[in-house]
Amino acid sequence: MLTAQWLYGLAGCLVIGIGLGNALLGSSLLKRVLAINVMGAGVFMLLIAVAYRGPDLNPDPVPHALVLTGIVVAVSATALALALARRLDREQCDG
Amino acid sequence: MNSTTLLVFDALLLISIVCLAWASLASSDIRRGVILFMAFGLLLAVAWSRLQAPDVALAEAAIGAGLSGALLLSAVRREPDGVSRTGGTAGLNLEKSRFHLTLKWIVTLLCTALAITLGWAYLHALGLGPHDGLPRAITENLETSGVSNPVTAVLLNFRAWDTLLELAVLLTAALGILALGKDSPAYRPAGVVYEGLIRWLVPLLILTAGYLLWVGAHAPGGAFQAGATLAAAGVVLRLAGRHRIGLPAGTRLNTLMAAGVGVFLLIGLALLLTGRPFLGYPPALAGVLILVIETAAMLAIAATLVLAFAGGRPQIDVHSSTAGKLDASATSGPGPARPAVASETTDHCKPGQKPC
Repeated sequence: MLTAQWLYGLAGCLVIGIGLGNALLGSSLLKRVLAINVMGAGVFMLLIAVAYRGPDLNPDPVPHALVLTGIVVAVSATALALALARRLDREQCDG
Repeated sequence: MNSTTLLVFDALLLISIVCLAWASLASSDIRRGVILFMAFGLLLAVAWSRLQAPDVALAEAAIGAGLSGALLLSAVRREPDGVSRTGGTAGLNLEKSRFHLTLKWIVTLLCTALAITLGWAYLHALGLGPHDGLPRAITENLETSGVSNPVTAVLLNFRAWDTLLELAVLLTAALGILALGKDSPAYRPAGVVYEGLIRWLVPLLILTAGYLLWVGAHAPGGAFQAGATLAAAGVVLRLAGRHRIGLPAGTRLNTLMAAGVGVFLLIGLALLLTGRPFLGYPPALAGVLILVIETAAMLAIAATLVLAFAGGRPQIDVHSSTAGKLDASATSGPGPARPAVASETTDHCKPGQKPC
């Protein structure tokens, strides 16, 4: 077991915990969206740590491809969530 | 670099990452939170290049830190006091706030328990040793994939299905944003310095996007990184007050956004007609087909992300005269500082209405 692998993986778990807590308790929609992004980053970190094989071996490309897909899906979801929040603001102002 | 130095570097990097994650969410000023989140994303990119994942590091720096940050900042821009109106808990009375405090403790406890369980499961999984079946299969079949970068091979050949569906998710998000309403008010025209900067920056970003797309076949890079870089050029242009951001109008914009999924599907169906499995490229043509798909995907990703930053379809009819003026002022040199095209507060909240 590589030291770097477990250090980065455990930090990923910590970031997931921080993100989830704030996503549940967030005081505003924007803050919740931010927290979900942080949580996603923690999941990506865990996956990249799993793929690491040490300095001499090539890492596993499958988790890397998963994370690349995940980053693009996360930014799409963020964009849609922000558009929804904006519409919600506007409805409340007009209504 | 010896292992002790590396360990110190890892420890410092991880402490910074976890602290930035905490600080960005604990900050009461959402604007500061978003900026800390961008710093967090950049440090993540450093961490991932340390773990030999340069493809992901590039994508994180461009999309995770850059464009997500830009999207969130443009959302904060609409809230002058930095506090969102929707879902606010300011109006809670004392009884409810006590309930809220209990809830907070329970959630914190549960999240800590989850993080610990996840860490324990992760260490347990690491103890079982690596599973080499999949990486070995990829190394053995890399020659037939048409590219030599294993990550691009997985994304566009071995697991092309995933990428097709991912582009469909992107298209769905774009449709949602289009359905939800008009774009946010434009930025004021750029000053002399910024105008000079974008004349260098935008061509450089377009060139970099083309390079990343091409180099993705055999080195870190690819359609996602290239699309994000191209979208960054659009963000720079919009910040300079260019209302249309270089996006085409009407049907052509729709075609551009559907291009990624469309080209992918057409190639898959054409392969079905020639008797091959769906998206099972013939090895001789694989490299060319992957490049064609990646080019379409890059354009679709860039158009969607720029649209997301604008917050909706650029209002050409309403603002066409203004946009023309902006372009004219750009070509003849920057004019005197003009007030913003539409004031942020009066656009969606009429003065005198209830405070919202």
